[in-house]
Amino acid sequence: MTDATNSPSTGPMLSADGTPLKKSLQIALRRQKLRALALVAPLLLFVLISFIAPIADMLFRSVENEIVSETIPRTVIALEQWDYEDGNAAAPSDDVYAALYVDLSEAEEFKTHTRLGSRLNYETTGMSSLLRKTGRGIGRMDTDEYTKQFEALDPKWEDPAVWVAMMQSPGVAEILPETASAWQSWQRIVANKNDVLAEEQPEDFIYTMLYRDLIAQPASAVAAYSGSGAEMLQTADSAVDGFEAISLREQFLDIDEDWADAQIWGTIKAFSSPYTAGYFLSSVDLQLTPAGVEAQPENQQIYMLLFGRTMFMSMVIMGSCILLGYPIAYLLSNLPLRTSNLLLILVLLPFWTSLLVRTSAWKVLLQQQGVINDILVWLGLVGDGDRLVMINNQFGTIVAMTHILLPFMILPLYSVMKTIPPSYVRAAKSLGATNWTAFWRVYFPQSVPGIGAGSILVFILSIGYYITPELVGGTTGTFISNRIAYHISSSLNWGLAAALGTILLAVVLLLYWVYDRIVGIDNVSLG
Amino acid sequence: MVSTNTDDSFVVFDGVQKSYDGENLVVKDLNLSIAKGEFLTMLGPSGSGKTTCLMMLAGFETATNGAIRLGGKEINNIPPHKRGIGMVFQNYALFPHMTVAENLSFPLEVRKIGKSEREAKVKRALDMVQMGDFGGRRPAQLSGGQQQRIALARALVFEAELVLMDEPLGALDKQLREHMQFEIKHISDNLGITVVYVTHDQTEALTMSDRVAVFEDGRIQQLAPPDELYEQPKNSFVAQFIGENNTLMGKVEKIDKDLAVVRLDNGDLIDTVPVNVSGVGDRTLVSIRPERVEFNRERLLPDAHTLKAEVLEFIYMGDIYRTRLRVAGKDDFIVKTRNAPDQRRLKPGEMIEIGWRPQDCRALDA
Repeated sequence: MTDATNSPSTGPMLSADGTPLKKSLQIALRRQKLRALALVAPLLLFVLISFIAPIADMLFRSVENEIVSETIPRTVIALEQWDYEDGNAAAPSDDVYAALYVDLSEAEEFKTHTRLGSRLNYETTGMSSLLRKTGRGIGRMDTDEYTKQFEALDPKWEDPAVWVAMMQSPGVAEILPETASAWQSWQRIVANKNDVLAEEQPEDFIYTMLYRDLIAQPASAVAAYSGSGAEMLQTADSAVDGFEAISLREQFLDIDEDWADAQIWGTIKAFSSPYTAGYFLSSVDLQLTPAGVEAQPENQQIYMLLFGRTMFMSMVIMGSCILLGYPIAYLLSNLPLRTSNLLLILVLLPFWTSLLVRTSAWKVLLQQQGVINDILVWLGLVGDGDRLVMINNQFGTIVAMTHILLPFMILPLYSVMKTIPPSYVRAAKSLGATNWTAFWRVYFPQSVPGIGAGSILVFILSIGYYITPELVGGTTGTFISNRIAYHISSSLNWGLAAALGTILLAVVLLLYWVYDRIVGIDNVSLG
Repeated sequence: MVSTNTDDSFVVFDGVQKSYDGENLVVKDLNLSIAKGEFLTMLGPSGSGKTTCLMMLAGFETATNGAIRLGGKEINNIPPHKRGIGMVFQNYALFPHMTVAENLSFPLEVRKIGKSEREAKVKRALDMVQMGDFGGRRPAQLSGGQQQRIALARALVFEAELVLMDEPLGALDKQLREHMQFEIKHISDNLGITVVYVTHDQTEALTMSDRVAVFEDGRIQQLAPPDELYEQPKNSFVAQFIGENNTLMGKVEKIDKDLAVVRLDNGDLIDTVPVNVSGVGDRTLVSIRPERVEFNRERLLPDAHTLKAEVLEFIYMGDIYRTRLRVAGKDDFIVKTRNAPDQRRLKPGEMIEIGWRPQDCRALDA
């Protein structure tokens, strides 16, 4: 052939104008691709913003723990030097109390110490009230002694302008590190109050830190400083040794004895990192204690039970849906179109009534003074004294949820069965198969994709079902989702709720994977 | 009608009627006897009742009245799976979740035949349709023609004596269809099986069958071997349904035992064979095949009646010429001539005289 582009020696295939064929094809397809992207873009954006992003945020919450290191950053750093030892461990040194003092002084202004208290309360009960109490007491500590002593030494220490000038001088942060750090907190506090820094006298914790810095620094270091207020500092440095010292540890213990408890400090240390596995451990009935990972106390182990129950009941509901739905779908797919359409409307009828109404209807039917019990008693099958308990337990949940989820089984089954031509069963019969053999060997295998689709649908819906178990589940019929809802709306432990949700999601994905391995996901069809 | 209830009749429909709604009969009084080893085709337009008859024979429909006998035994109340009739469906109905070999093995398994024997039979059946290498494939991986062969093999693998085929070649393209027609015919001849074949394709019916039953309006209009059906249609429906056909309307002018003279509506006279006209003055539809029309005066009988015709159109079709004429006021009269060296090509506008041998022209019911 004379067509040069076809000759193998010229390398890649070229189009008529000499550009590589692959490239011109890409250019030709790019417009199409962009068009397609533009068409799906609104939905994509909507899904991203309203679905993917919130889910990602929730998943992130299950490990996020920045509140501790953000609220009491100095304490977290100071605690690094301290190790929890089981039992009679000593409480940390005064340095840690000093760090906590500054941290809480700032947190109290921003009221973040109560949030921290709620967070740590999930791990150790009593933390919430301890922190609230400490927040109230932190401004009434005896540390005003330091302030008074500095003022007595030189009244200029009262002047905020002097402080501002001094703290802005270069080199001051080296000789007064704790004061400089506390000063930043002070700046934020003043800004929060909409006051002017140069007009507000610093609070006691600044003086306390100044005292600690001056005690800690050798005289030579202070003498080397030549910035603003150098003279005042040198005077103070030589005088601080004679100051009356206030033990911050004692001050905290005055507010609450618990501050001497190593358990409290251990909890703070254990949950000081910005990310924690604590929520996940709680989700599987473990807990992160200062001493390491331990099982929850027996009477607080609930989540594994709930996960197991959720799985088991979802399986039972799925099984009942298959048993009830298969014959109906079979009937529907084999009736003439007019009749089957009418019956299909009946199948869909439940969707037109509120979920709440349907669930409540089951309550009316199944309760002990309800319709079914009344009939059984009237028939004499059950004595008036021992009416059956059919609601507010697992049985009630299974009945109500099977009813609610049945259409989700019937519809995929129906649409798959609709596509199975009657000639297959006829062919099987003409080949000598009995009705049962024809059904079991020929019809049933072809309806398996419908069962698969329906089962996945029903199982995944029921595993995360909330309203029905909440209403008719009682104590034995509640699902893990009810617990998640409780943590979202009542206990406000969103981290734990997120961890439970994440585990639930992982379990669903795992089951999906298992299903794919066993049955094959291409074996799922909606018709 | 060919003999019913003779000793060699294998399948017998005896006065069979079928109604779905209790008001209309879909099959009206069907009497049909099929000999052992015969290839019988039920041919007819859709809705003529042919498929219903097949389904009654297979057992998927019940006869409303009358008896169906197979090998002398009445089978009306025997369920389909006990009838032992092989069947090939229109869309093949190969089980998609089984391999080809499993499909073929299925009828043997339900008959509880041992594994080794099963395998031998499956292999033999696959070889018979030249699909020996395809046992491990799924039906979806096969072409239409291959699926057709497998469906045939499956209907034959359990050695049914009677095989029903419901428009089995309907989904194939023309070339493959023609090829498969011969193949099915050969296999059925070799095995000596009885075949009841349903189709609406008359070419298929003519090329394959020993006898063809033409269905219309729930009745068999004619039951005859293909040549007889084509050349000697018994009524105007069969004449027009089978093959191409020129029709002219007229009145019987004179009638003998085997010759009738018909005066056409424009006054011309023609010679015909009286088929179902009873006497002089009857309205009749005269039927003549396009290839039996002659316009070469020398080849006609000296005293034959001829008609004047005007050539309207000449179509070259390769093996034949197809010429459209205006004859007796109708302009859809077709003449087919063989493309032979001595054949004349007519030109549009040319005036010719046409005629035929009287036995090729049949005076039928109007």
